[in-house]
Amino acid sequence: MSSTSMPVIKSRPITIVEEIPISKTLKFWEGLKEGKVYATKCCKCGRLYFPPSADCPDCLCSDMQWVKLSNEAEVETFTHVVIRPTSFCEYKPYTVAIGKLKEGVKVLAWLTGFKLSQIRVGMKVKLAAKVSQEGNPTYEFTPP
Amino acid sequence: MRKVAVIGVGNSKFGIRNDVNVSELAFEAVKPSLEDAGLAAKDVQFVALGSVGAGAWYEELLPAVVVGEYCGLTGAGLVRCEAACASSSAAFFSAYSAVASGHADVALALGVEKMREIDTPTAMEWIGRAGYYFWEFHNFGLTFPAYYALYASAHMAKYGTTEEDLALVAVKSHKYAAMNPFAHLQNRVTIDDVLSSMVIASPLKLYDCCPMTDGAASVVVASEEKVRELRIDTPIWVAGIGYSSGTANLSRRRDFVGLDASVLASQRAYKAAGITPSQVDFAEVHDCFTIAEIMAYEDLGFCGRGEGAKLVREGQTEIGGKIPVNMDGGLKAKGHPIGATGCSMVYELTKQLREEAVERSRQVPLKNYVGLAHNVGGTGHYCYVTILRR
Repeated sequence: MSSTSMPVIKSRPITIVEEIPISKTLKFWEGLKEGKVYATKCCKCGRLYFPPSADCPDCLCSDMQWVKLSNEAEVETFTHVVIRPTSFCEYKPYTVAIGKLKEGVKVLAWLTGFKLSQIRVGMKVKLAAKVSQEGNPTYEFTPP
Repeated sequence: MRKVAVIGVGNSKFGIRNDVNVSELAFEAVKPSLEDAGLAAKDVQFVALGSVGAGAWYEELLPAVVVGEYCGLTGAGLVRCEAACASSSAAFFSAYSAVASGHADVALALGVEKMREIDTPTAMEWIGRAGYYFWEFHNFGLTFPAYYALYASAHMAKYGTTEEDLALVAVKSHKYAAMNPFAHLQNRVTIDDVLSSMVIASPLKLYDCCPMTDGAASVVVASEEKVRELRIDTPIWVAGIGYSSGTANLSRRRDFVGLDASVLASQRAYKAAGITPSQVDFAEVHDCFTIAEIMAYEDLGFCGRGEGAKLVREGQTEIGGKIPVNMDGGLKAKGHPIGATGCSMVYELTKQLREEAVERSRQVPLKNYVGLAHNVGGTGHYCYVTILRR
């Protein structure tokens, strides 16, 4: 709790854990476990979406197909996060980047395997699926 | 649509306000705004309250109801507006619309935020979730400084903006905040202080970031008929409001060197007011981080794309420059009580346009008697631009 010299009453504590549905993007999460990163493509207008979307925001069509992404990306921007939120305090400081894939979509993910001083906007990186230390399927950028 | 004027404004002291709860803090802004307008609480027909942390970083889930009762506003039409850090600009738009449409003759827009009742990592957690939790926070732990740091890295890479340029924004903000008794941070800082402060999310350091602040601001608006009836001396007219939004996922953005929502919202506001950027005498811009102020100069058309750093280097956004910006210390040093910032910007515009009660050392020179408030929610997720004219 915040330290204060003022008199206060503590609120009743609660713990909140939401159960987030992934039925419509299940192939994406299963794909990560198999080392594949999928996007969705609208069967009507042909637009490609990452993060994958079960419905097309452009033409409102819900007929979408899964497309496996290449792993070739270029860093558009990045930051090294030193001061971390509560649920990430157990981690060491991490680097987050937004990379543009060959297919044109952009991906936001952690960038690992580089010294901070080596990272440049415009550098080539590889997009890789992985399972996190907590056991969550995820994806990251790594050296090509 | 009817003409609408700001006829009363109030602003609480900003800072770590562990001496008051949310209602008591709001009261500090509502009471002076009603007194300024010469009205009683019962005269207000519609109330819109901007606040973000209800039930998260402070305990009340329905702050509009709680604050409404505490300030004697019960019975008026009531709504809470959420547009992240632009929530009370959204509330101002709501109150303005109520009067412009003829639904109400007198409406009140209010913003209040209590950010210091929880510890800092938990506050970082809540605010970091304010984007697209599922795709950009859950696995990647983005923080609010980190979102803007992504823009800073891209702006620096594309236009050669430097960490020293960012530091100049902080130096300016602290300089003017030191003249503002409402400001949270009233210490002056040097470029070296900024550059040597701890890294929060590279390239942003502690002094590139706004503080987490408790505060409230309140604005009373009225119709032209009511302004005449009340014999208001110096009504400050709403000349134009523009709004826009950006994608939830930062990865769906076109680039990371400016905020499209700011560009669109300002173009719409200029069109509504029938003016160009060069006719704005002074501005309040959304400088939650130093890079945000530099991007705002460019997005609002105060300079060309990539020229924002040059504007601050030349001192063009200080008193005596081309367009003074954030003469109250800005979010950066006055403080950023998220839901209160929009109404606090309107407070400052109104005081400056009336040429009253502002400490003389930071009164801006007025030529066209036009001021602009630029209020961004999230990282360009929402944007409201409000133009006022005396």
